[in-house]
Amino acid sequence: MQARGKLRRSVMYAAGNNAGLVRDASIYGADSIIYDVEDSVSVYEKDSARQLVYYALKRLRRTCEVGVRINHISTPWGLDDLASLLPAKPDYIRLPKGESGEEIQQIDRIISKAEQDNGFEPGTVKIMVSIESPKGLRNAYEIATASPRMIAIALGGEDFAAAMKTEKTRGNEITGGRELFVARSLLVLAAKEAGIQAIDSVFSDMRDEETLLNEVLLVKELGFDGKSCVNPRQIDLIHRAFTPQQDDIRYAIRVLNVYEEAMQKNSGVIALDGKMIDMPMVIRAERVLALAEAAGVYVKEVGK
Amino acid sequence: MMNAAGREIPESLEGYKKIIPYQGPFAQLPPEGARKSGPLLKVVRPGAEKVLQSIDEAIDASGLKDGMTVSFHHALRNGDRVMNMVMKAISRKGIKGLTLAPSSFLDSNDELIELFQDGTIVAAEASGMRSRLGHFLTNSRIEKPVIFRTHGGRVRALECGELKVDVAFLAAPACDSYGNINGVQGPTACGSMGYAMVDARMADTVIAITDHLLDHPLCPVSIPQHQVDFVVKVDSIGDPNGISSGALRMTSNPKDLLLAKFAARVIEKAGYFRDGFGMQLGAGAASIATGKNLRELMLRDKIAAGFAIGGIPGPFCDLLDEGLIRTLFDVQSFDARSIQSMRDNPRHQEYDCTFYANPWNKGAMVNKLDYVVLGATEVDIDFNVNVITDSNGIIMGALGGHPDTCSGAKCSIICAPLLRGRLPMVSDRVQTISTPGETVDVIVTDRGVAVNPRRQDLLENLKGCGLPLMSIEELRNLAIKLVGVQPEPVSVTDEVMAVVEYRDGTVLDVIRRPVPLSTGGRGSG
Amino acid sequence: MIIRFKAAQAGTLESSDVLVSIAPADEGSGIQLNLVSATKQQYARHLQKLVCGILQEAGIIDATLHINDKGAIDCVIEARVKTAILRARA
Repeated sequence: MQARGKLRRSVMYAAGNNAGLVRDASIYGADSIIYDVEDSVSVYEKDSARQLVYYALKRLRRTCEVGVRINHISTPWGLDDLASLLPAKPDYIRLPKGESGEEIQQIDRIISKAEQDNGFEPGTVKIMVSIESPKGLRNAYEIATASPRMIAIALGGEDFAAAMKTEKTRGNEITGGRELFVARSLLVLAAKEAGIQAIDSVFSDMRDEETLLNEVLLVKELGFDGKSCVNPRQIDLIHRAFTPQQDDIRYAIRVLNVYEEAMQKNSGVIALDGKMIDMPMVIRAERVLALAEAAGVYVKEVGK
Repeated sequence: MMNAAGREIPESLEGYKKIIPYQGPFAQLPPEGARKSGPLLKVVRPGAEKVLQSIDEAIDASGLKDGMTVSFHHALRNGDRVMNMVMKAISRKGIKGLTLAPSSFLDSNDELIELFQDGTIVAAEASGMRSRLGHFLTNSRIEKPVIFRTHGGRVRALECGELKVDVAFLAAPACDSYGNINGVQGPTACGSMGYAMVDARMADTVIAITDHLLDHPLCPVSIPQHQVDFVVKVDSIGDPNGISSGALRMTSNPKDLLLAKFAARVIEKAGYFRDGFGMQLGAGAASIATGKNLRELMLRDKIAAGFAIGGIPGPFCDLLDEGLIRTLFDVQSFDARSIQSMRDNPRHQEYDCTFYANPWNKGAMVNKLDYVVLGATEVDIDFNVNVITDSNGIIMGALGGHPDTCSGAKCSIICAPLLRGRLPMVSDRVQTISTPGETVDVIVTDRGVAVNPRRQDLLENLKGCGLPLMSIEELRNLAIKLVGVQPEPVSVTDEVMAVVEYRDGTVLDVIRRPVPLSTGGRGSG
Repeated sequence: MIIRFKAAQAGTLESSDVLVSIAPADEGSGIQLNLVSATKQQYARHLQKLVCGILQEAGIIDATLHINDKGAIDCVIEARVKTAILRARA
């Protein structure tokens, strides 16, 4: 499957200087993992984290997509991060605090050069960008379309709330944390207009599964494709929320069957259980089945 | 000679019975016409008193002499003070050449090393041993090889006369003046007396040692007065904190939770998850977490377990109260919650070790198990399990009921992370076999699940349910690839330090003394 | 040509990690490797080879190394030794 349409319900961070976490990050079933050499690594250990992540990328068998979160290229470490880690061919670079398309184009050029130098096929290494500031949000579409390597934009909720001089809250069932509601909405609009994925922010209270579930259901409804997390315990819950239920799958199959039948018969009005079936419903049904198939809960029948 | 588990076994061993090699889990039967052995016939007339004033007096009254066999039970676990206290008193009397045959040794028994050194104790037989004592007996020769027996195997050995206990010193949390004992009252309550009940029935002389002496008769009675010779009151038989040491709590370790998720999925899909099923879960973090996952499945599918057995952890008692387990059979209570439950809930039943696991009786509870979930130090590509020696060949564990339950259960599940540090959990050949592979059905690791090829039925049932199924060889290769290289085997001498008996008394494996580690490691590039 | 370097350290004593300390040694003394590990019996030889290989590749001929292993897999050891060398030369 193409990197763009790939399933990324859960995107899990692993602290890049923690040998045990780096070794085991892939076993918990996350759709995508990110070795982090940014926030989770102290300024004194940037060098050792880079080495650890480099050798992990080089030596460990990849059972899922593996990206690296580098320090921003405006910091003293960002460019060195790219220089040391790109030769290990991560699946993508995650840039924190993206604010402009120009930054992305600069990283794109660095990646292109590294791909050439290391003999990787051009376009192999993708880019995912975190939006963590009002400026980044304003430029979200520009960022999302700055490079054909772009696969997703993600919300960095804590940082965004801090930049807004407010704080991240547990919020309510309708809007989640109200401080992020507009940001989430704008970010997902930009992502969808650009035709890439939108990934939601980390939910940090490990014990509060109820609020986590509400938050995942909310962002799924808004159109997000997945959620970041730092603790493996959240993965199953996130997946459950993002994976179509059997009822939805069965209904989607029926919608598509009725639609196909109508196409063959050339009949104008299509109905199912007395309800009109229109084009958006057909598209939705196709999306449900694609997601279900990608999540391994539905196998497409041959010949259909 | 080679036994059926592929292990080279000596033809004979000095200080050990005639060797019969392991031939398969159900091959060995009692000799035709053999009868159970039993204790001496004794009479206590009306008017006689049983209470003695001190341990010294009890040792004298027991008639303990050089060369005899003494036993203890391990229900007080690391909180037990009785074994050390009594053995030291025996040593002070100058009695030598004893065989020490407790149901198991624990960390707290390191103090006994000097008694092995001075000849007070010359032989040891138990379920297992740990820490410094395990290290000592792996490396230091005593008169006879150490014998390791499973919980069921020990009762079998007692009942067929292979193990004859002259004096059993039984830690008694509550005891009356005429020798009735229970484990659920008193400051040092330990719950089930399941192991002690066997020794009380089989030993020639039985001495109850209590810190909670009550008027006759106490109630409920677990060990009856007619099996007990004498009663001694002491200040304290143990430390309640040590009894539920390593208190069983719900783990938050993601790796244990992952193992538990896989194990629960195996239970759900393997084919025996239906109302009335029987199970045993070990006391490890992953096993306990498996119970929590099972609870959700049982509620969802409206299934209740008919029974759960083994050592009983607190979370099982919650399931009992919820009606998700109908009866608990408890040979050893793991924590305060379990002790309280056995005392208060009539469906939480105390039972002894022959009922639990003896292979040579008219049907132990392990025979009725659908599932057992257990841990392991290592397993090999033949599915053999080692729970008794560590990566350097040092004795550090106990057989417990591991081989008993694996032989009985329709589906035995072993859970462990694929790597411990850089040691693969799956190897070509385990250091010591404690449970033969032909009785082990599913290996659950954090990176893959392997089903014993003998169990194609299970494999079929488990396909397509989201488990990372792979062959045991693939699992081994995965581990070695991660680590980078195959570990070098532990080198051992020819000297046999211990015998690992299968539950039927045949020799499953022997533990040879490891070659001492060189202090080297220096070299030039 | 002898490449100069100073004493340096990398890694941690957390489970699955390794603490590597490197220090210069007199010319001609070779690599002095001091290994502390719970799995010495299984891996001492392999680790010696692995570590000496990395040093050789880095052109280090004389050095004293202390390796306190807490169960690190090969790629972790490579990373930590490499970091120690880079720091020693910084």
